[in-house]
Amino acid sequence: MMKEERYELRFGGAGGQGIILAAVIFAEAAGIHEGFYVCQTQSYGPEARGGRSRAEIVISSAEIDYPKVLGMDLFLAMNQTALDAYSADFKSTGILLADAALVSQVPTSRALLLPFTTIARQQLGDALAANMAALGAVGVVCGRVGLASLEKAVASRVPAKFRELNIRALHAGAEAARQQDLAALPPFIDSDEEKEV
Amino acid sequence: MSEKTGQRLLLQGNEAMVEGALAAGCRFFAGYPITPASEIAELMSLRLPAVGGTFIQMEDEIAGMGAVIGASLAGVKSLTATSGPGFSLMQENLGFACAAEVPCVVVNVMRTGPSTGLSTSPAQGDVMQARWGTHGDHPVIVLAVSTVNDCFTVIVQAFNLAEKYRVPVIVLSDEIVAHTREAVVLPDPAAITVIDRMRPAVPPEWYIPYEDNSRGVPAMAEMGSGYRHHVTGLIHDVRGFPTERPEEVDAFIRRLFHKITNGFTEIQLTNPVMMEDAKIAVIAYGAVSRSALRAVRQARSQGIRAGLLQLITLYPFPRKAVEAVLAQCRRVLVPEMNMGQVIREVKRVNRTTEIVRHNRVDGQLITPAEIYAHLLAM
Amino acid sequence: MTEKTGSLRHDYLRHDKKFPHVWCPGCGNGIVLGSLIRAIARLGLEKDELVLAAGIGCSGRMPVYVDFNTLHATHGRALTFATGIKLAKPALTVIIVMGDGDATAIGGNHFIHAARRNIDLTAIIINNQIYGMTGGQHSPTTPYGSFASTAVWGNIEHPFPIAELAVTAGASYVARGTVYHAAMLDDLLAAGIAKKGFSVIEVMSNCHTQYGRRNQMNDAVTMLRHFKEQAVSVDRAARMTEEEMAGRFTIGVLADVDKPNYTEEYQKIRERARQR
Repeated sequence: MMKEERYELRFGGAGGQGIILAAVIFAEAAGIHEGFYVCQTQSYGPEARGGRSRAEIVISSAEIDYPKVLGMDLFLAMNQTALDAYSADFKSTGILLADAALVSQVPTSRALLLPFTTIARQQLGDALAANMAALGAVGVVCGRVGLASLEKAVASRVPAKFRELNIRALHAGAEAARQQDLAALPPFIDSDEEKEV
Repeated sequence: MSEKTGQRLLLQGNEAMVEGALAAGCRFFAGYPITPASEIAELMSLRLPAVGGTFIQMEDEIAGMGAVIGASLAGVKSLTATSGPGFSLMQENLGFACAAEVPCVVVNVMRTGPSTGLSTSPAQGDVMQARWGTHGDHPVIVLAVSTVNDCFTVIVQAFNLAEKYRVPVIVLSDEIVAHTREAVVLPDPAAITVIDRMRPAVPPEWYIPYEDNSRGVPAMAEMGSGYRHHVTGLIHDVRGFPTERPEEVDAFIRRLFHKITNGFTEIQLTNPVMMEDAKIAVIAYGAVSRSALRAVRQARSQGIRAGLLQLITLYPFPRKAVEAVLAQCRRVLVPEMNMGQVIREVKRVNRTTEIVRHNRVDGQLITPAEIYAHLLAM
Repeated sequence: MTEKTGSLRHDYLRHDKKFPHVWCPGCGNGIVLGSLIRAIARLGLEKDELVLAAGIGCSGRMPVYVDFNTLHATHGRALTFATGIKLAKPALTVIIVMGDGDATAIGGNHFIHAARRNIDLTAIIINNQIYGMTGGQHSPTTPYGSFASTAVWGNIEHPFPIAELAVTAGASYVARGTVYHAAMLDDLLAAGIAKKGFSVIEVMSNCHTQYGRRNQMNDAVTMLRHFKEQAVSVDRAARMTEEEMAGRFTIGVLADVDKPNYTEEYQKIRERARQR
């Protein structure tokens, strides 16, 4: 068995923002088109719209035992409520990616705030594409899943009439992320050695 | 099905269940919508008509189970899928399937109970109900799944066992396995072993529908095949007619049990991991066995000789495999997302090994850290 | 007719099932069974292609005597089993015999939904207005004010009109007969079985043992005479006032409509799904 390299992501937002769809597309890009082992899980309330929604993706070089996030490498928060509820479990190298338009307070300095909803509304004319803009940025920040793979996954999971819009959104989000300098983010204050297992 | 074979697919547990059932020859589904099992019905409604099968949404789970039995009596492999509240409603007709020996498969995607409970959260609270939910002495086979891949392979095994032993087989899934998506490659249909019920080899006038044989499983003739006979939930004699004669009643009930006992070696499926030199072990099933596997690996990396026995068959309880683990290990941990159901069965196997419990009932999956902490203490 | 029934007995009843049957002397169930095999003989149906399913109660014991594919299901659920059989093997003719408690109390939900779905089944509901086998408890069709072992002070519930319920729920063919009008019953059953879609034949029948005994009708003959006096043909009832109909019920065909049935509709879905 290959040495295990887990990369763990969590997406949080409101029901109706397309959080779970974004996670499914990411999982498909990683698992089908990039050849990773992948586990995508979700938790949600009984309400279809408006409640809190959370999805997780674990990608790994080896078969995945525990399917959920142990420590986040990347947390995508699409609103403040989800950020407040789900921001525990960061790894020391973890990065928060949040929608600058919908988040005002961040619990870590290792944060990138990008205006996904604004990008979607102003550049693409549909705020509902914010999830795909965010997904494009996730691809860049995580560095393991290429834009081409994400595009293929979008094509297989999104109805034809929305495909073009969603792919443009992916690119717009990726472009916004490329403007950021990840290396410039400050190190995590907490260190792994101090953490209990 | 064929166009999906060999490709890498991102599938949910519930979706893999459907693919597995179709590969096993399932051509009938009847059920009632319920979270977190509904995707199975939805996908079946799409897929079954294209392969000449039938999907029907019934008025409740009682009816769903009834229709499944009817279709199986007519010779078609049948499935229903539900969660706790619906599984409770199915118990009446599940008993009929046990008594009349009607092969069928019931998937119970467990969610937190009792009653309506937490409709979108996982649990493992239905283990005892799966075994003893319907009234009276009866045999039943209960299997548990832990990965998306399992959902495919285990439901194929479930259909095979149902057909071979003429018994309802219950597959316990849970909200985590059901909704987790993993990348899987579906096996080539030609590589899958599919077992069909034994049909009578004698002419109709010689056919004795419930006659005992070496396996204890009578040949089953379907309705409309010329082998007209009577099917009843009353205790019946070998011809299928109701009887109250003590010796016939006794022979009937004992045969129902014997046919399962005879098949223990192939029915009792377990998966031992790193057990060869283990001094402590975890016995787990369902999604929890994934957490256990990680904890055991972590313990190994720290030089602790830990192992895992994953139970795929919960009933008939794999006593032999558990006995070996208990004999080998000083202490054994049984983590469950209930207040302790399989641990009772483990304790019945032997009373000398120390059995440690770990229970979580808050609608959340037990984490590797919780299990690892126990392993350190053991 | 007697002579003909004699040979039908030989043709359609099981030779290896011990008689006598479980029913009380004079029970209406035997008349229904006789009508059923005459109707089947008239339609020329093959025994191998016939399914007779039943639930629990006195009516539930009927299938065991006939030489078809037979099923004695759980209480109230016979229609659900029959639905599975019919959909799995549409070529089979599936007939279900139920009692009033079986079909409209514990199985009431299945009954209205089978009618709504209009699945190609024939449901015979033997309405004896009581739970006979379990000892005379009141059922959903026990008349208001009459007596039962669980209505010892007089029944304060109102009865379901089963046939009218079936019409409202959407059955293709609905008829009501009685065990007194046996020749008419042959016709109703034959028409119901031949009809595509969900057919319901309600048969008013006597349980002098459990119902009659508690309601001043101690024997079968008294009860049959009672049915003769109460029953009014559909045509005649149409010309009668509500007052004149009080305490009476209609017999004959209440509904006979042609509309898409589930079995055929589903076959169309299969063809569409295959082409995709």
